[in-house]
Amino acid sequence: MSEAVREVPKKERPEFRNIHVTELSNYRMPLASIVSILHRISGFLMFALLPFVLYLLQNSLRSEISFAYYQGFVTYPLVKLIILALVWGYMHHFCAGVRHLVMDAHIGLDKDSARQSSAAVLVVSLTLTLIVALKLFGVF
Amino acid sequence: MAKNNIGPKRLVVGAGYGMRDWLAQRVTAIMMVLYTAILLVSFLTGQNFTYEGWAGLFAQQWFKLISAVTLFGLFYHAWVGMRDIWMDYVKAVGLRLTLQMATILWLVACAVWSVQILWSV
Repeated sequence: MSEAVREVPKKERPEFRNIHVTELSNYRMPLASIVSILHRISGFLMFALLPFVLYLLQNSLRSEISFAYYQGFVTYPLVKLIILALVWGYMHHFCAGVRHLVMDAHIGLDKDSARQSSAAVLVVSLTLTLIVALKLFGVF
Repeated sequence: MAKNNIGPKRLVVGAGYGMRDWLAQRVTAIMMVLYTAILLVSFLTGQNFTYEGWAGLFAQQWFKLISAVTLFGLFYHAWVGMRDIWMDYVKAVGLRLTLQMATILWLVACAVWSVQILWSV
């Protein structure tokens, strides 16, 4: 190593060991960890809203009358927002899950590919959610 | 058990050590991907979104069965995920146990309800 390289002063970098919640604001999360925490949040969201989904399924199937009621119910803006949150959760959980399965097969484990695939998860899931959102709110 | 039972030295015989749930979560994930594909194809190749078309799809026995199997897979998948969340964030044993029991009851109730829904068509 040459003198010039060795004499560059070392930058003080913060170190995080077993990070605490209160330290999170000083910590810039890499893309993969954003995808990871969103995977968890979206999973919890869908778990919590299971009865809502089953309620929609029940009304859509039980009879022609309940189907008509269901069609009216899903036009309320608040209901549309909940459905949109679920759609985002599903898209994100789906894409991040497929990424997990691919990585379980030991594909794309190095730092660069992992970063690229996590970016791809965000782009694909958010694009699909946006398309559904436009459809849901009647833009097309 | 002291520190000689971690990492590669871990005792891997006997009771479960997480492998079963890890694998079940992957298998159920693949089931749900396939079911999503089936649902999308039947939906997109069908007619307009009418009650007859929708209920007609669910009226067939094979569709009821794969729907039920996928939903049971989903509930098991959700159990593994929710247990992970409680184990990671809730340190108090009593509270964690309570939340885990509540999760099981919640999912079993959803499972029973979904069977009722599927076989009411």
